[in-house]
Amino acid sequence: MPRVRTTVDGVTYEGEVEARLLLTHYLRDRLGKVGTPIGCDTSNCGACTVLLDGMSVKSCTMLAVQADGSEITTIEGLDGQAAASANGEAAGHPVQKAFREFHALQCGYCTPGMIMAAVDLLRDNPDPSDTEIREGLEGNLCRCTGYVNIVRAVQSAAAELRGTPS
Amino acid sequence: MTTAPEVGRDRRRKEDARLITGRTNWTDNIQLPGMLYVAFLRSPMAHARIRNVDVSGVLGQDGVVAAYTGADLAAEQGSLPCAWPVTEDIVIPDHPPMAVDEVRYVGEAVACVVATDRYVAADMLELIEIDYEPLPPVLDMEAALAEGASLVHSDKGTNASFTWPFSAGDVDAAFGDDAVVVSRRYVQQRLIPAAMEPRSVVVAPEGDGYTMWSATQIPHVLRLMLAMVTGIAEHQLRVVAPDVGGGFGSKLQVTAEEVITLLLAKRLRKPVKWTEGRTEGIQTTHHGRDQIQKVALAADRDGRFRGLKIELLADMGAYLMLVTPGVPLLGAFMFPAIYKFDAYSFTCTGVFTTKMPTDAYRGAGRPEATYAIERLVDEMAVELRMDPMELRRRNWIKHEEFPYTTIATLTYDTGNYEAATEKALQLFGYDKLRAEQADRRERGDAVQLGIGISTFTEMCGLAPSRILGQLAYGAGGWESASVRMLPTGKVEVVTGSSAHGQGHETAWSQIAADQLGVPFEDVTVLHGDTRVSPKGMDTYGSRSLAVGGTALVQACDRVVDKAKRIAAHMLEASEEDIEFEGGTFRVRGTPEPATTIQEVALATFAAHDLPEGVEASLDSDATFDPENFSYPHGTHLCAAEVDTETGMVKLRSYVAVDDVGVVINPLIVEGQVHGGLAQGIAQALYEEAVYDSEGNLLTSTLADYLIPSAADLPEFVTDRTETPSTTNPLGVKGVGEAGTIASTPAVVNAVVDAIRQFGVNDVPMPCSPEHVWRAIQEAGGEPATTLGRGPGR
Ligand code: FES
Ligand code: FES
Repeated sequence: MPRVRTTVDGVTYEGEVEARLLLTHYLRDRLGKVGTPIGCDTSNCGACTVLLDGMSVKSCTMLAVQADGSEITTIEGLDGQAAASANGEAAGHPVQKAFREFHALQCGYCTPGMIMAAVDLLRDNPDPSDTEIREGLEGNLCRCTGYVNIVRAVQSAAAELRGTPS
Repeated sequence: MTTAPEVGRDRRRKEDARLITGRTNWTDNIQLPGMLYVAFLRSPMAHARIRNVDVSGVLGQDGVVAAYTGADLAAEQGSLPCAWPVTEDIVIPDHPPMAVDEVRYVGEAVACVVATDRYVAADMLELIEIDYEPLPPVLDMEAALAEGASLVHSDKGTNASFTWPFSAGDVDAAFGDDAVVVSRRYVQQRLIPAAMEPRSVVVAPEGDGYTMWSATQIPHVLRLMLAMVTGIAEHQLRVVAPDVGGGFGSKLQVTAEEVITLLLAKRLRKPVKWTEGRTEGIQTTHHGRDQIQKVALAADRDGRFRGLKIELLADMGAYLMLVTPGVPLLGAFMFPAIYKFDAYSFTCTGVFTTKMPTDAYRGAGRPEATYAIERLVDEMAVELRMDPMELRRRNWIKHEEFPYTTIATLTYDTGNYEAATEKALQLFGYDKLRAEQADRRERGDAVQLGIGISTFTEMCGLAPSRILGQLAYGAGGWESASVRMLPTGKVEVVTGSSAHGQGHETAWSQIAADQLGVPFEDVTVLHGDTRVSPKGMDTYGSRSLAVGGTALVQACDRVVDKAKRIAAHMLEASEEDIEFEGGTFRVRGTPEPATTIQEVALATFAAHDLPEGVEASLDSDATFDPENFSYPHGTHLCAAEVDTETGMVKLRSYVAVDDVGVVINPLIVEGQVHGGLAQGIAQALYEEAVYDSEGNLLTSTLADYLIPSAADLPEFVTDRTETPSTTNPLGVKGVGEAGTIASTPAVVNAVVDAIRQFGVNDVPMPCSPEHVWRAIQEAGGEPATTLGRGPGR
């Protein structure tokens, strides 16, 4: 069996994997990184989005072996300090905080992927229009929110990241 | 200390801290020592006799623990329950969780493999040998009812499950010769609920019993039903709904996979997990809608409505699941909507087909009803050459007429349709858009503008147990709450409703904070575990707040009553002289002495000096059974641009003014409206579950079944009016389904309005470019007016 070495949220893992093991199952079942969920089997929903060497990828579209040597950031490691506080004070990356502030999630199942995709979108385009946000997040489905508050959250996070709070 | 009330504040949600950081507890996250994985072999045939299933090739393979056929489990698997036998002579077929002799839809489970790894379990399905004898599929409801049709259940002798009639007033007179009558046939296409979290279940044997974690909306109902189906004693079953990623009705179910996973854990004495793949989920998680509606509206020449006739065929699919036959009945009462009628008749026949069973999907019966009536009213307006809003005004219940008992016998407690409509018209700019529409028509613009109205109401707060009993539902509609005052003054609230995205932890904290006068942060809300919250009716039908929230208020009141006795004793005053406000007990009219509810909690815990005969606990329970439903309403307005050359529809603006009564948390309410709008718009424009002529589901991936993305939906303008409900002390009505119910007809009315001048009076849903383009072509493709189109088009 092939060996895979990855750094996930700052921790390095090494071990043998089945060649066909999907990256998303490697993260969830082997490493216990269950913060990244799975929503489909045709790479349409985006729930499984993580950052691979800084770029967003749908982790269900890759094999674990393809991630060999990579640095992966999941929702759990997006901000090193982002611990869930019992009373839910805002913690974490500006995109995470904005999602909470603008009520951009309901059930929260799409949220890890949506946040990771938004982080990547803002890296690419720090000052997007609403339309650019909607088009940029087209690969991430949310069944709960109707997206209006997601767009608002991403706009607000964009402003904060640019240093011009909205 | 008096603080601003929590109710009405846009508190950020408590649940979000874990959801935005990935510290979630989805069922599929659960890993237990020695856990096994089950995979199901599913029928590729819509209808077939099973001649033989052979799992022997699987047994003994690496990693395989067991493999079973339906026949292997026949003695213990029971029949999946239908809790709503709507008529006395309803036909309810046996529904084995795994098929034994016959399969009746593509995706029905026929065998299963249990292995030490989920990949191995899936691989092994290929080694199962199965021999089918094809039987004719039954796919069309009208054909299914015809003489000599092939039968889904041959032993039943019919494809009709039931016919449920209702009638009030003199329908013949209402539809007399002097009436203007508009008759239509509308089709509610089949929809896939598609919550983003796939279904998942884990069962672990524990002691003499079992714990089941399931991605379910209904842990309490599920436990009871599992006990009844499998014979495992109820007290030996614990059901937990951990974080649940959306439901929309699709997780209001007792599923084959839950029953089988439980039986496997019982046989193998090991924890067992099953998680559906998306394709598996689209095929085998229950579907929604799927009705043929023959509808007719009668009015006077001056536009006063007289009568309404509704004839439904409702596709049950192959079996009756938990509330399958009840869904169209929830609509039966809502067709008259906000209007006054002299007479009303309704009949619904439930029809079996060889498709996945249908059941509750966001709105459940009410979107179908609202669609039909709001489309019909627009058609009547055209017939009478009247403005569609004016026609609505002439017929709706006026605000001074509440409470009002409708022709369908529901008593609407409160409402103000005038106020909501006024606000919506202002936000929308109705007159200006009408002017633009006229201008585009005049110019013969390729892109035409349409305006769609939906003035809707719905029934929420399911439900008065007495009424459910009259409708032959198998249970009641109460909800329970418990409040535990901890010695430090912190509070645990236990609710029997089971959230999966609705924000109960936040809203219930706000209610308890106000009622008990404690800080919002000091309240923890517990739900979704039958061991923690032993009593509940769970979450569906926009019931949680109107029913469960009221139970919470009552439980808090009882805590305060108990605390008051002890506070009186502490303050050396008589109980009648004690008043309670903002968390403090004091002797009426004097600032001092005083004691806080937290001090009383500690004194109660210590129990050193309690009044004679008072027990050392403030904890209280309440079970609330509503006397009536609640009736949210609102006015939604949609402007749609239709490209008459491509059939493409673009929503230009959407205004929703909803009256959901008193609002606990405006942020959450707005979110519920947004999400509801998205799902209703999706039915109008995008989604349809399509079976081919063999009964294969063609739309079985998210690439084929079009859930709208952010790029497909517009910005929504939402606002509210607030007419408190008088059927519960909070004055709340419910908001979970309003957006879905209202928006579908608003959008389709706008699309039809845009192209009506071509002679179009309907576009079948979804209003895809193809459907819109065809509607224009079939109507002749030319505007019916003499305006003509400019050269070069
Ligand atoms: S799970 Fe990866 S895109 Fe859906
Ligand atoms: S918040 Fe539920 S799917 Fe997006």
